[in-house]
Amino acid sequence: MSILLTRDTQIIVQGITGREAINLTRENLAYGTKIVGGVTPGRAGRDIYGVPVYDTVREAVAKNAEKGIRVTGSIVSVPPNFTQDAIFEALDSGIELIVVVTENVPRKQVAQAVEYAEMKGARIIGPNCLGIISPDECKMGGVGGPAANTRQAYKKGTIGVMSRSGGMTTEIASTLTAAGLGQSTCVSIGGDAIVGTTYAELMPFFEADPETEAIAIYSEPGGRMEAELAEWVVAHRSRLPIVAFMAGRFMDEMKGMRFGHAGTIVEGKEDTTAEKIKRMEAAGISVAERIEEIPALIRKRLAERKR
Amino acid sequence: MRFYEYEAKDLFRRHGLPLGKSQTIDRPEEARSAFAALGGGPVVLKSQVLSGGRMKAGAVRFADDAAAAEAAATAIFPIRVNGQECRSILVEEKTKVAKEYFVAITWDGRAKRPVCVFSDMGGIDIEEVALTHPDHVSKTHFSTIVPLMPHVAKQAVAATGVTGSDLNKLAPIVFELMKIFLAYDLTLAEINPLAKLADGRFVVLDGHIDMEAEARGQHKKLLTELGIGDDETRQARPPTAFELAGARVNAADHRGVAGNVVEFDGNLGLVIGAGGGSLTLFDAVRKHGGKPANYCEIGGNPSMSKAKELTKLILSKPGVEKIAVMMNVVSNTRVDIVARGVIKGCLEAGKDPAETIAIFRIPGAWEEEGFKILKKYGVDFCDRSVSMHDAAGRAVAKLRR
Repeated sequence: MSILLTRDTQIIVQGITGREAINLTRENLAYGTKIVGGVTPGRAGRDIYGVPVYDTVREAVAKNAEKGIRVTGSIVSVPPNFTQDAIFEALDSGIELIVVVTENVPRKQVAQAVEYAEMKGARIIGPNCLGIISPDECKMGGVGGPAANTRQAYKKGTIGVMSRSGGMTTEIASTLTAAGLGQSTCVSIGGDAIVGTTYAELMPFFEADPETEAIAIYSEPGGRMEAELAEWVVAHRSRLPIVAFMAGRFMDEMKGMRFGHAGTIVEGKEDTTAEKIKRMEAAGISVAERIEEIPALIRKRLAERKR
Repeated sequence: MRFYEYEAKDLFRRHGLPLGKSQTIDRPEEARSAFAALGGGPVVLKSQVLSGGRMKAGAVRFADDAAAAEAAATAIFPIRVNGQECRSILVEEKTKVAKEYFVAITWDGRAKRPVCVFSDMGGIDIEEVALTHPDHVSKTHFSTIVPLMPHVAKQAVAATGVTGSDLNKLAPIVFELMKIFLAYDLTLAEINPLAKLADGRFVVLDGHIDMEAEARGQHKKLLTELGIGDDETRQARPPTAFELAGARVNAADHRGVAGNVVEFDGNLGLVIGAGGGSLTLFDAVRKHGGKPANYCEIGGNPSMSKAKELTKLILSKPGVEKIAVMMNVVSNTRVDIVARGVIKGCLEAGKDPAETIAIFRIPGAWEEEGFKILKKYGVDFCDRSVSMHDAAGRAVAKLRR
C-alpha cells in the first residue's frame, strides 16, 4: 500500500515545457507515473515525450475526462512569480493533490494557496520539495532523479519517510534500502517556512496505511513542525514508532542566521534543535545522531513493540 | 530582511500610525540641531543597528540638553551591538509613558496563517509574559484570502481584557499593522512598546519590520524610497567580503545553486550540498573535531563553472588547507559535472586535486562517470556505502596528519 498516490494516479505537469519540467516528465514517465497531460499557456498542441500539452488545466482535465481518465494530481513546476496562479488554476479545475516543486515563492502566496486548497478540500505538498514516491507504484516529482537511480535508492517496504529536505529524503531511503528496510511512501514536504502539508498532517495517512510499520523523518532547526508532530503522536497514541534524524545542531549557537532552507532560521528557543529533540523524545520519538543509525533504531523500536 | 528602526518607523508613518517627533543623525555634531528641532525637551538617542540588546550595550541614551545630546551621540556611534556597526542615530522626543503594550504580526507555520500576538504587558520579553501571564497575551490568526476586517484586531486587543477608550484607540493601530504585514510580504511586523502616554495618546516607541527576501522584487518602489539597496543582505551580522564573493559566484550563472556561503575561521574548506545535506555535513565535520572554513550549499544541478568558481573562492581563503566535497545522494545534480568543476577549480588555483580534495562523496546520477574522472586525478572518493558522517570523518582525519 501507499499513501496519497497509487500506480493508477493520473497526473498532469504544469509548466511542462520548462527545462526542469521536461527532465522531471521524462524521469517520472520512466518510473511508471501516469502523466496524461501538460500545461503551458500558448503551447497547446505540442507534446513532451508523448504527453499532450494544453493551454489550460481545465482543458487538460476535460480532454482526459472525454477519454474516461480522471486527473487527480498535478506537479507544479513553473517560475516563482507564476506559482501561486498555477496552484489556484489547479484547484479551480478540481485537482486534489498538488506537488509544488518551485523554490523561492513568497510565503504569503503559499499561505493563500494553502488556505484556498483547504476550502477546496485539496492537498498541497511543498513548495520547494522533490515530491512523493511510493516505490514500485508511482512517483510525483523529482524525488530520486532518473528512474534507474530512483530504483537503486528506493525499494518497496514498510517504512514511511517524511523530510523537509528533498536530498535527504533520498539519503534516508537509500540508507534504509541498504539495510534491507523498504519504504511504503516517502514524502519530501518542502523546506519553506509555510508548506502545504506538515509531518503531523501526514501522520493520519500513514497511521491508516496497513503496510506502514514505522516512520523515519529528517528534521532541522526553525519552525514548530516537530513540536506539532510530537503533540500529534501523544494525542493520537500513534501505533507507529518514529525515528528522527536532526540536522543543523550547530545552528543553535547562531540565532538569526539563515542556513539551508528558507524555513530554517532560528528565531526563538522553540526553534532550536535542542528544544526539538527534547520535545520529540518526550513524545517517544527516537532521535538519531547519524543517518546510519536510523535502520537499527527502527528495528529496535519494532522489536520492542512486538514484545 | 530586517529594517532599521528608522526605516520601520518611516513605513509606519506612511500608514498613519502615531509616532513621536524624531530625527535621524549621521554625525555626533548633528545631535545639537536635532535636539533643538525636536522642541528642546528631553530626548532619547538610539543607535540604529539590526540587533537587539541596544540598551544593554549602552547604545540607547537619554539627554536633557543639547550638550548632553551631543555627548551621548559621540558615545553611541563607536559602539558595536552584537557585531553590528551603528548606521545612524535616531533622536526622538522622550515621552511620559503611562502603560506599555505589545503587538506583533508574524507567520504561524503550523496554522499556515498570520498570527497577531497582542499583550497589555508590553516592553518586556513577550515569551516570558506568555509563560507567566497567559491571560495577558492573545494570539489571533487571520485569513490571507478573506478581506481583513477591523473586528479581528478588536478581538485581539479585547481578549487581553482591554476595554473602554483604550480598546477603541488600540484596535485601529493593530488593524493597520495587520494590513501593513500583508501588503508588504512581511515576516514580522512588531511594535514594542506601543505606549499609552500620560496624556492618553498612544505612540509607537519602537518597531521591528522583517520583509521576506523572496518578495523584495515586488516591493522595489518602497525599498528604493526607504533607501534600502539591492546588495544589503540584512542578516544577523553583516556579510564578509568572502561571503559577498560567494554570492557573486552564485549570481554569475543561473544554472543550479552554489551559494549561501558563510565564512568560518577553520582550515577545512567545504563544498557541500544541498539544503539539508549541508546542515548534516557541517554537523558531522564539527562532531569529528574538524574546523570548517566555510558553510555553503551546492545543488540543483550546478554548472561546471559554478562548482569550479566556488572551489577557487574557497581555496583562496587564507588558512584553507584542504577541501571536502560532499553531498547527500543526489537526484538532479550530475556527479560528473561537480567532479569536473572542483578538479578544474583546484588546478586553476595551482593545486593538486589529489592533495587538495580530502574526500569526494557525492553519490547519485552519473556517479560512474564522476568516479572515473576522480580516479584519473587520484582523488579520494567514496560512494553511498560510506555514510555522510564517515566521509566527513575521513576528511577531518587527513588534516590531523
